[in-house]
Amino acid sequence: MDDRKPLLAVRDIVKRFGGLVALNRVSMEVYPGEVVGLLGDNGAGKSTLIKIVSGVYRADEGEIFFDGKEVKITSPMEALKLGIETIYQDLALAENLNVYSNIFLGREKLKKALGLIPVLDHDYMLQESKKVLNRLGIEIPSLRNKIKNLSGGQRQSVAISRSIYWNAKLLIMDEPTAALGVAEQRKVLNLVRTLSEQGVSIIIISHQLYDVFQVAHRLVVLRRGEKVGERLTKETNPDEIVSLMVGAELVQEARGRG
Amino acid sequence: MNSGQRVAVQVGRNWVALFLVILSVLFSVTGRGFFSPKTLNNILLTSSPALLLAAGETFVIITGGIDLSVGFVRGLISVISAIIMRDLYARGYSPSFCIPLGIVVGLALGLLPGLINGILVARFRVPPFIATLGMYGVANGFALRFSKGFPITFLPPEVGQIGNGFFAYFLPGRGISFFERHPDIAEGEMRNLIGIVPYSIVVVAVLLLIFAFILSRTQFGQHVYAIGGNIDAARRAGIPVDRDLIRVYMISSFFAALSGIMYTLRFVTGRADAGSARMLDSVVAVVIGGASLYGGTGSMIGSIIGTLVIGVLETGMVNLGLPTHNKYVYVGIILVLAVLIDQFFPEMVKKGE
Repeated sequence: MDDRKPLLAVRDIVKRFGGLVALNRVSMEVYPGEVVGLLGDNGAGKSTLIKIVSGVYRADEGEIFFDGKEVKITSPMEALKLGIETIYQDLALAENLNVYSNIFLGREKLKKALGLIPVLDHDYMLQESKKVLNRLGIEIPSLRNKIKNLSGGQRQSVAISRSIYWNAKLLIMDEPTAALGVAEQRKVLNLVRTLSEQGVSIIIISHQLYDVFQVAHRLVVLRRGEKVGERLTKETNPDEIVSLMVGAELVQEARGRG
Repeated sequence: MNSGQRVAVQVGRNWVALFLVILSVLFSVTGRGFFSPKTLNNILLTSSPALLLAAGETFVIITGGIDLSVGFVRGLISVISAIIMRDLYARGYSPSFCIPLGIVVGLALGLLPGLINGILVARFRVPPFIATLGMYGVANGFALRFSKGFPITFLPPEVGQIGNGFFAYFLPGRGISFFERHPDIAEGEMRNLIGIVPYSIVVVAVLLLIFAFILSRTQFGQHVYAIGGNIDAARRAGIPVDRDLIRVYMISSFFAALSGIMYTLRFVTGRADAGSARMLDSVVAVVIGGASLYGGTGSMIGSIIGTLVIGVLETGMVNLGLPTHNKYVYVGIILVLAVLIDQFFPEMVKKGE
């Protein structure tokens, strides 16, 4: 995979909050269609790095390249325009609206009633939403259902479908399986694989190592604001990753005591 | 779902409409002459200010806000439009000049409280309750100051003809006359004269239709619901939330202003306290009509039905000769009942939407 050009490359990113160095010269790449697991204990800097890429924070130092060009991501809207979509834990869906209205939220398709008044084109939005859900193999009984009547996994799928419909190239998923039941977790992970096969790059943050090992091609481990390791998933194991996350010396210490 | 459950769901979702029908039937059976065109006209006339205020309030409440200022904005604009008409008429201008001017200036100034409310809520994140409570005081204060605490009278007499005019008049034995009353009407026949379709009802009906369309069919309407459902999601989706919120509060104060002008036209008087009795009626009507004060739900038809429930109750009780202060008790009970049904039977009310 390394012979291709990375879709996203961040170089030597530094972010300080007052005296605290949240990120210290962190670099990472994501290739087209690749799933990268971003791992680390609480406070390791995962969220900070993600927020820099998605335009919520600005880095103090360092460079970001997207699609081969250097970019300055100064706002979330900027990130969206580039094709970087973040699926937040709270999902950013309007629960009182139905599925297709959420997929088209803020970008509603309009038609002219009586040839001059712009009104919502429900049929078009419904059909287009059906297409994208089919493409991703997502099953939702009726797209006229309001989001509040859907399960956690279905909501997750709607949020993902929305970003895919609007041509996301890089999907950032923050704890995508956290609040889900086992069956639903599996569905979301399958969806991640489908997206990856269709060429979408994904950064996945999760505390559930098991999930990340199932879908990620490569793992990047942060600790106290620094990148402490990077492994191909097939060449490592959860023990090694945990020891990178918490610091090898601590693991050995614990073993010695045990 | 079996058919019994399906009926239960339909009843749960439309109980207010059902209640309105039952109430109307009840009054028609018990009260003499309740079921008549005259009573219907009466209900629509007494409800029309509340319908206007509720229409604007519907937009605000769907966004998760509330507009407490509508009652006093109504009074303020009633006073302002009346002063303009009175003073210009006193200086010898013709009624065909001073009446339209009073209406137009009133409506234009009526947008201002909404603009300020909207900016406070959207840009400065002032809670809607506080922003509009502030405007409630300011509007009332200005209205009292302009009117010096007295009703504004000595308006051109033509004002009343517009405010109380009908599209057609029917006199038994004489037939129908359009726009004007039968010219040589005898004093004794006056009480038999039946007005058909007051102008004010037509104005209200047309506006409600237009704004119901805006709310349910247009992109702006969809964004109103989205803002009430999840304001952060709306912002992240690129919806111009601030601009839309300002528009919503301006719609609300436009309706309040219009109802103030209609008060002036109907009673040929401007009054600072024209709307104080209706202060919370609009909110009550919208909530009875199925809107949640948490935002995200509600509809124009719901609010209209909610308003009519109050109107039918009021008129029906007068018709039966019952003391009207009981109305407040019943409306209060219905309001709480509406919220309880919404809270405790969400499956029943919401499923199948």
